[in-house]
Amino acid sequence: MDQRIIRILQEIVGKDQVTTERADLICYSYDATQQQYLPEVVVFPADAKEISLILKMANAEKIPVFPRGAGSGFTGGSLPTRGGIVLVTARMDKILRIDSENLVAEVEPGVVTEKFQQAVEKVGLFYPPDPASLKFSTLGGNVAECAGGPRCVKYGVTKDYILGLEVVTPQGDIIRTGGETMKGVVGYDLTKLMCGSEGTLGIITKIIIKLLPLPEARKTMLVLFDSIDGAARAVSAIIGGKIIPATLEFMDATTIDCVRKATGMQLPESAQAVLIIEVDGEREMLERQAQKILQIVEPLGVVETRVANTPAESEDIWKVRRLVSPSLRKVNPDKFNEDICVPRSRVPEMIRAVEAIAKQHAIPIVNFGHAGDGNIHVNVMIDKKVPGEQEKADQAIEEIFAAALKLGGTMSGEHGVGITKAPYIPMELDPAAVAYMKTIKQALDPNNILNPGKVLLD
Amino acid sequence: MAKHKKLEDYRDQIEQCVKCGACQAHCPVFGEHKRESIVARGKVALAHALLNDEVKLDERLVEDMSKCLLCASCFDKCPNLVPTDEIVAAARREITEKQGLSSFGKVLTTVLKHPRLMNGLAKSGKAFSSLLFKKVPEQSGLRLRFPAPFVSRERSIPEIAAQPFRESHPEVIPGAEGKPTVSFFTGCMINYMYPEIGEALLKILKFMGVTVIIPQDQGCCGLPAISAGDGATVEELSRRNLAALSRHRVDAVLTACATCNEGIGRHFRHLEGDYATLAEKVVDMNVFLVRQGLDRLLAELPRKEVFQRVTYHDPCHLRTQGITKEPRALLKALPGVRFIEMEGADRCCGLGGTFSVYHYDTSKLIGARKAPGIEQSGADLVATACPGCMMQLQDTINHAGLKPRVIHLLELIARDLPA
Repeated sequence: MDQRIIRILQEIVGKDQVTTERADLICYSYDATQQQYLPEVVVFPADAKEISLILKMANAEKIPVFPRGAGSGFTGGSLPTRGGIVLVTARMDKILRIDSENLVAEVEPGVVTEKFQQAVEKVGLFYPPDPASLKFSTLGGNVAECAGGPRCVKYGVTKDYILGLEVVTPQGDIIRTGGETMKGVVGYDLTKLMCGSEGTLGIITKIIIKLLPLPEARKTMLVLFDSIDGAARAVSAIIGGKIIPATLEFMDATTIDCVRKATGMQLPESAQAVLIIEVDGEREMLERQAQKILQIVEPLGVVETRVANTPAESEDIWKVRRLVSPSLRKVNPDKFNEDICVPRSRVPEMIRAVEAIAKQHAIPIVNFGHAGDGNIHVNVMIDKKVPGEQEKADQAIEEIFAAALKLGGTMSGEHGVGITKAPYIPMELDPAAVAYMKTIKQALDPNNILNPGKVLLD
Repeated sequence: MAKHKKLEDYRDQIEQCVKCGACQAHCPVFGEHKRESIVARGKVALAHALLNDEVKLDERLVEDMSKCLLCASCFDKCPNLVPTDEIVAAARREITEKQGLSSFGKVLTTVLKHPRLMNGLAKSGKAFSSLLFKKVPEQSGLRLRFPAPFVSRERSIPEIAAQPFRESHPEVIPGAEGKPTVSFFTGCMINYMYPEIGEALLKILKFMGVTVIIPQDQGCCGLPAISAGDGATVEELSRRNLAALSRHRVDAVLTACATCNEGIGRHFRHLEGDYATLAEKVVDMNVFLVRQGLDRLLAELPRKEVFQRVTYHDPCHLRTQGITKEPRALLKALPGVRFIEMEGADRCCGLGGTFSVYHYDTSKLIGARKAPGIEQSGADLVATACPGCMMQLQDTINHAGLKPRVIHLLELIARDLPA
């Protein structure tokens, strides 16, 4: 990159906060997608003003800018696919305030989700969205991707907790969207537009978050079923019984087998599906809810039930779920984790469709995830080193998306589009909707410098 | 012949990293300086680039590889179990070899040219000007941990003992019939700086009737040399310790230092052959004492009316092996102790072998993260099971102006045993 540009960047953010060292370019060339694109320069701005100046310069010079939080995305949203500038929000990591009276907090985008949750829980408050990456992903990234997680079945996703934002627009203006009131209908809802926009419409620099009172207690149950159908019907029956658990996690037979093989954990051979059910709320209410849930699922082919009575026992149950990802490697070295979502009543059909696809292509596909909201993680397991496997996986993934769409679902519940799902967009969105979105992008970012080529192929 | 793995030998494991980023949550150094080149994922990417000749072994890379505590916290939580600590150690050896210098530390000194540390030279640690330090052999890890010109004068360092622990005892201390026989691998810090820990262990083992052998020809565990990328010294120390510890038939080789446990335990397992066979016998003293039922014995003693509030710090080299319950079981069983869990007990103390020498400021920042937990626990004493952690924790406590004192938990057990 032109030395002149580097000098301008250095003037904006300070010499120490700009790097073109090869080691750094390598270290900011990847995310969890396992693809690599070298940027030309990496900058670490301190605030919205600096970001505004960077974007103004980038527009004048027509240099692409790729915003990055923790680089933990699964679809390549932060990858510098066209060189240019990687803009890292890691320094903007302050929790600005937690307002217990109004149940509101304001944070910078680089705050790690779990750190924020711990801070609000200390004062008896609760921020529910819990993506699997919460220990290291940032709130800025969570908002940009509209992250989900197990608790979303009861509590909703990231966008349901965002009241307002400070955003630097692609052309470098600093705007505020929404506010800190529970209600507010003045103008378009730009806050919602920004949530899930994957860093293509602006760079988030402050986030106003809605909080809830922290539930007093939680109770965890592990229920093993003799069929997938039984487990899926249990999900509908529980919710039909007017109980919405905080989490309703599902694992299929292949997943159970992986965990069993990798860890030696005792799980009965007859179990074809597992549900991990957690209810939360007032302590005395939980016992009754747990009993009611067990009654509801009883006739649906239950093989075994484990109910946690202590936090340690609850931890043991969650351990089963957490062991899934590490265990999968035993099946095959390379994993393509797709996060399709279907209406929850269609989960059994979706699983059957995936099983048929796996059989047809003769590749293992492992299913687990958030059954309560129909968001299933479909993991296509291959060995990329074997010729032809990648092509088989690509074909299977396309068929999985098609199956999800046919059942009234979507190809991504929480990971976003980024670059990996961009080619499939026409399968889900009609041309007029795509044109509508492109019009928005072009109007806001006429030079196409902010995270170009993501979400919608340009 | 103990042969180290080359960086190339780790290629498969390096390629197992899927860049998920989970290590960001667990790396103490990344917690202070949020740059990708610091966290495991970045280091693995750089190691991969090095293998593929995409980066040069230049000053920048030397510095990147120096910013690792080798605490293995990332390995512990890595979904694909990529051993970044070993990969970094292998990279350091590679750097040392290519530069033709004996240790990574020496390469680093030429790179860092740290002015403030250099200024500390004249006034630095009394320990080094002390005649007593001459008792410490040239190959001891203590010399790598405290290379005279580079230790900050701000650091609190324990005095060198007037007489090394091993010289104060016969090689064999017989116990009772039918009780186990153990070797005691003292390590340098217990031998030269904290002999009282060794004395405490002997008292406890005597109480339990255990026969103790203290091989006089044992040396440094080699971990500081591993940290310093000094492959030749590590190999020599490994050979020497294997010989010293193989001379006697024992039921277990005890360590009372978490770092030493890593040095002759996990490290020996990697060397395979006779080393791995010996490593099977290496047991941390917490685990040994609980296996022998000491916690149950202690719990039966009459509770003392005057007690001390004690919290516990998890040394990384025990925590990452899953040894967290045993020390707590022992502390809870002590009649003169009321055990309190502190917040952040599992956080690294920040010492990390040679790390704290060359990156003392960062080491201090990592250490300072322990201070609120220690203070809020209201403990009188902070117990731990690693002399390295003890030194660093005391340094942290001194800088934060807190009251609690740091103690090895063996000293507490020895104190509470019936006369």
